[in-house]
Amino acid sequence: MRYLPLGPDDRAKMLGVIGAKSVDELFKDIPAKARVSGLLDLPMHAGELQVERTLGAMAAKNRAAGAGPSFLGAGSYRHHIPSAVDHLIQRSEFLTSYTPYQPEVAQGTLQFLFEFQTAVAMLSGMEVANASMYEGGSSCAEAVLMAGRVTGRSKAILSGSLHPHYRDTVRTFCQFSPVTVEYGEPNVDGNEDLASKLGPDVACVVVQTPDFFGNLHDYTKLGAACHAAGALLVVVVTEVVSLGALKSPGQMGADIFAGEGQSLGVGLNFGGPYVGLFATKKQYLRQMPGRLCGQSVDADGRRSYVLTLSTREQHIRREKATSNICTNSGLCALAFGIHVSLLGEEGIRRLAKLNHAAAVQLADQLGGVKGVKVLNKTFFNEFTVQLPGSATEIVEKMVGQGVLVGVPVQRLYRDRPEVANLLLVAASETNTDADRAAYVAGLKKVLA
Amino acid sequence: MKTDTFSGNRGLDLEEPLLFELGRPGVTGVDMPDAPKVASKLGGLEREGSIGLAGVSEPEVIRHFVRMSRNNYSIDANLYPLGSCTMKHNPRLNEKMARLPGFGDVHPLQPESTVQGALELIHVLGHWLKTITGMPAVAMPPAAGAHGELCGMMAIRAAHDAKGDKHRTRVLIPESAHGTNPATAAQCGFSVDPIPGNSHGRVDLAAVKAKLGPDVAGIMLTNPNTLGLFENEVIEVANAIHSVGGYFYADGANFNAIVGKAKPGDMGVDAIHINLHKTFSTPHGGGGPGSGPVCFSQALAPYAPLPMIVERQGRFHLIEHRGSAGEPGEKSFGRMRTFNGQMGMFVRALSYMMSHGADGLRQVAEDAVLSANYIMASCKDDMTSPFPGPCMHEALFDDRFLEGTGVTTLDFAKAMIDEGYHPMTVYFPLVVHGAMLTEPTETESKESVDRFIHVLKSLAKKAKSGDAQFFKDAPRYAPRRRVDETAAARNPVLRWTPPAPKAQAAE
Repeated sequence: MRYLPLGPDDRAKMLGVIGAKSVDELFKDIPAKARVSGLLDLPMHAGELQVERTLGAMAAKNRAAGAGPSFLGAGSYRHHIPSAVDHLIQRSEFLTSYTPYQPEVAQGTLQFLFEFQTAVAMLSGMEVANASMYEGGSSCAEAVLMAGRVTGRSKAILSGSLHPHYRDTVRTFCQFSPVTVEYGEPNVDGNEDLASKLGPDVACVVVQTPDFFGNLHDYTKLGAACHAAGALLVVVVTEVVSLGALKSPGQMGADIFAGEGQSLGVGLNFGGPYVGLFATKKQYLRQMPGRLCGQSVDADGRRSYVLTLSTREQHIRREKATSNICTNSGLCALAFGIHVSLLGEEGIRRLAKLNHAAAVQLADQLGGVKGVKVLNKTFFNEFTVQLPGSATEIVEKMVGQGVLVGVPVQRLYRDRPEVANLLLVAASETNTDADRAAYVAGLKKVLA
Repeated sequence: MKTDTFSGNRGLDLEEPLLFELGRPGVTGVDMPDAPKVASKLGGLEREGSIGLAGVSEPEVIRHFVRMSRNNYSIDANLYPLGSCTMKHNPRLNEKMARLPGFGDVHPLQPESTVQGALELIHVLGHWLKTITGMPAVAMPPAAGAHGELCGMMAIRAAHDAKGDKHRTRVLIPESAHGTNPATAAQCGFSVDPIPGNSHGRVDLAAVKAKLGPDVAGIMLTNPNTLGLFENEVIEVANAIHSVGGYFYADGANFNAIVGKAKPGDMGVDAIHINLHKTFSTPHGGGGPGSGPVCFSQALAPYAPLPMIVERQGRFHLIEHRGSAGEPGEKSFGRMRTFNGQMGMFVRALSYMMSHGADGLRQVAEDAVLSANYIMASCKDDMTSPFPGPCMHEALFDDRFLEGTGVTTLDFAKAMIDEGYHPMTVYFPLVVHGAMLTEPTETESKESVDRFIHVLKSLAKKAKSGDAQFFKDAPRYAPRRRVDETAAARNPVLRWTPPAPKAQAAE
């Protein structure tokens, strides 16, 4: 077996030193009833070529998004990832290192985490960011739990235009906690009055921009209302590229920013691994979940980085920790950080402009198809269209035309027949004029 | 900055500033065309002011990250004996497979008809996990071990709630457990009742029995435990918990020791998370991402989280919503993340499993356990272990051998760095004084383990020779000397901020 260096002679010598007759003697503490006699009912070991064949055949059964025009979003976006990103994250020293618990031999990881925290704080307009969460939905749930700790209150109000997976994840995380969760009706047009729901028991209001249906919001007034009522404003961003064009959560007065960083550096990956972003105001630092990397000095006075404020965390505080999270999304945070580094200020702004332009062009063209209506007044790179029939069926028919046209809203709102004809459509810098033309031509054919 | 060169570099060891200190306005490492002119739909919400990101070219970015990377220890470079972390070789085939466009470039919400192979892969991986654990059901969504614990404990809470058992608020957890266990239990609204260990390093069965009552929701037990030992009375513990209507959650962090050798399903386990980033070698990546699927007993299976995969007549379906009565997902406790799970990790783990097969996986456990016992036996004259062997895949030492030397476990660990080794896990488990939890894994040759043993024994002898200062000064040869953790916590600096503008020169 190519990954196992020990041979029969080695094993015999090692057993001799241990003073055991056989390796099974080392397993004698396992009750006989629980031991496997012989081998598991699974295939025997296989060479690289065989494994590649089997897995390659499975991969070939999937339509890769990039194999043709693709316009899917709803919290996961296809962007061009510069070649340098994947090369750098595969360096042994990044790929095969552990959590940087020994800072003297982990400055590489620690420095990139420090830079990641800086980049996330800058993009979100917040004061401090952590070293990543699993992904956006659970990051949002942690934000709600944190708001409960900060305010000592027990109710969370979720916007009806919050991504339904985020809403559900918040509900799951809170279902056995003191925090109760209220959420609005599907809010397609982006108009809802959340300020009127504030009250003395409200810990936080959770909103999203661009929201699930693509509408853009300025939550400055809502933030002020929250603060006047003693509640926190949690702003979710699922498309982080939008922060290159739009007013940031911090600029709106957000107390906590929870987001998904997948758009930069990470890729689609059928939904994971992604990278959860989490940032807040300095005053709430000690209530934050997750790892934090801080600056310090070594014994020679050289600038160094180290994991810090770990008295918030489970390995020190146990049942009193701010969260149970341990493993985060380090390598995806690195990919995010490298992509952001390559883009820089100039690049992220340009990328955001390209995305917006691609979406405006597509919206204009789709709006010209008979029976199709674009519902948004504002959007960044994703918008909602109303189709003249079931979006689910039209999406399936368009697969036959070679175009992945969007996400049927019904897929995320199963019990809402009123959204059956709504389709979420996202565009990015990866879409060409030919992609848009294929979309429009195919749609006309399918609707005819 | 104290260095003995003009540049601050030391040969191949190159100092690297923060990216934000390198940047220049207007520079970018990504070329893109100008955006076509369109009528803006941003509704007047354009971002004002500078974001603050640095501008650098591609070659500068490459150098920046390559130079930084050289300051990291890695399993690719040397043995990485972090106990409880299972730092084994990461095969590159797995990386290649995860990057196939049919896996890596697939959107999570594509129509089912376009992702049959992706759903099949998750289904097949689930089959391997169920077979390996001997459990009838598996939940794939959890993103890491602690997320898996949350999954298992929520299922337990949901199962009790479904029976109207709302008074079960207490969870038993051994004092030696990982911190994630009590933190998870608390996050599910349970109170934590710690269970002491016995003199053999196992959970005290009598103490478990004494703590039982109608308010007990279950027990969280790591097996093999965090002391590197198998809980030999695991079946008695399971029976005791079941006798009062509680459930048995097993923390599978140390599954590498028993993969292919023993099945948790035969030990009375109701839920167990498997860290794909430990036992099944998906790389740790400096702290993640991980993946923590949870295998369930029949009793807990109905409460598994969404989404789940169902196979009907050769087609795979993703169940994303709670079903009606009798349908899959009817009793699910809900969704605990966006989308479908850690697909990139699933591909790597299945690639690893298929490469090893039933025969190779059993060999993994045997070689991992053999190597740990070999270290323990080889060091017994120079170091001290709190419990006699045999151990499982981790050799646990305490600091009795350092008594009177003035050298602490931390000093010993830092001296290992100078010898070219990442230290073992230190000061964990908390129940052992000055603990050194050492896990070589099965992917080390005997020669490699022998070199490591030589270093351990030599350092132990050196400590006893009275040269404490040698240890206090370590590390000397790492990219950094000891880093001041207290200063970092006292005055937290968690991001770069632009230096204050220099005062204008006098006019």
